[in-house]
Amino acid sequence: MSKHQCPNCSTVYDELIGSPHEGYPAGTLWQDLPEDFTCPCCFLIDKNEFELLEQNKESP
Amino acid sequence: MTTLNIQNSEPQGGLSWAGIKKYFFLIAILVPLVQVFSAYQTVTTEAAGLWLWLLVLINVVIVPVADVIFGHDTYNPTQEQEAALKHDGFYVWVMYLAIVAHWLALITTAYAVSVVDLPWYHFLGAIIGIGAMHSVSFAISHELGHRVNKKTQTWVAKFATAIMGYAHFNIEHNKGHHKHVATPEDAASSRMGENVYKFALRELPGGFVRAWQLERSRLSRQGKPTWSLSNEIIHSWLMTLVGFGAMVFILGLQIFPFLILTSFYGWFQLTMANYIEHYGLLRQKLDNGKYQRCEPKHSWNSNFRLSNLISLHLQRHSDHHANPTRAYQLLRDYPEAPQMPTGYPTMMMMTLIPPLWYWVMDRKVVAWAEGDMNLVNMDGEAKDKLFTRYHKKPADQNSETAEVSL
Repeated sequence: MSKHQCPNCSTVYDELIGSPHEGYPAGTLWQDLPEDFTCPCCFLIDKNEFELLEQNKESP
Repeated sequence: MTTLNIQNSEPQGGLSWAGIKKYFFLIAILVPLVQVFSAYQTVTTEAAGLWLWLLVLINVVIVPVADVIFGHDTYNPTQEQEAALKHDGFYVWVMYLAIVAHWLALITTAYAVSVVDLPWYHFLGAIIGIGAMHSVSFAISHELGHRVNKKTQTWVAKFATAIMGYAHFNIEHNKGHHKHVATPEDAASSRMGENVYKFALRELPGGFVRAWQLERSRLSRQGKPTWSLSNEIIHSWLMTLVGFGAMVFILGLQIFPFLILTSFYGWFQLTMANYIEHYGLLRQKLDNGKYQRCEPKHSWNSNFRLSNLISLHLQRHSDHHANPTRAYQLLRDYPEAPQMPTGYPTMMMMTLIPPLWYWVMDRKVVAWAEGDMNLVNMDGEAKDKLFTRYHKKPADQNSETAEVSL
């Protein structure tokens, strides 16, 4: 499971937690998020602008 | 993100402005309490309805004059001060208490206009006064609504917009406006040459449709129906229904027009605020087809002391758009960012007279774009006229547009 961080507000998208309020349940992989996914906190940063924080080697 | 110089701070503590400034944010509570006082005076004194103009007088005359007298607020917190300010619960409780006071002001004013036989013009004063108060409600809801990870605060944000039935505000603002700000696609960014009335006809329906679509998409991803108690727009509508319903039940159906008209005027206050905040400013498209990231230069600022306190630093708009999750007490002044000549209350009044607004602001937009009108967000119908009037060829730019300062 990987973690990606918003470079604007530092919100972390953790695949283990997902973003349930925005409709992405726990376990939703980063690669499965739509391309128009936006930071669920500041809503400024697009998916392709997030920074990889942690990559588990076992994750797909 | 563009880095701009941030003016140095003064030390915090003692009787310095930095030390006492936090208590001046209590103005957010004072504004509705003034309206409660007006309602009380309306019921108990012979002058009656004249008191209903008190908040209008404050908004139209006293705040603009005080802005001139007290000038700019140059204080920006240092990093050490920021750490303390960020976790100070005072700033959240001010907003909670203010929203309770705002509802109290609406209820007491509704009571006053229902029990006192008022001429139509004093009824109008009550509507404009409450409408002015609603602009502060919006500022509070705006602040709380950005704190999406704090459940209590997002609920109070809904309670704040419920006072005027503008339930979709937080969704539209966070996910719509911030995402598309300073682009032609944004319903809440005004275009050069577009007057505030034309803008209202685009912004009011456009904002609602966008918010509803965003909420429908979110619920769809959750596998829930749009019309359900999970819909956050419906949450706030229900609060309005209970609040307004209780007032109609107690005071009678004749209070309903008052509630509707104060709500509409409140909405228009937001329209005016949206109109002035990004007028004509445009983010440029990059080679990948996306717009450049929002930078401090994409918002109009105003750093006057009193109107900044009343608006919870909303006038430090560049920092807000560059950092939407930064708490209001931390927002900084960027002196080099685009500046309006007065505070929000005066600028908002100015929008009502489009020729005056154009006269003051169009030259600032042209200076911002350094005479290149290709860089400006313009109204389609006014585009040719504005291009002819203001566009400078590259060779002319150094000699002419440099004379116009931001």
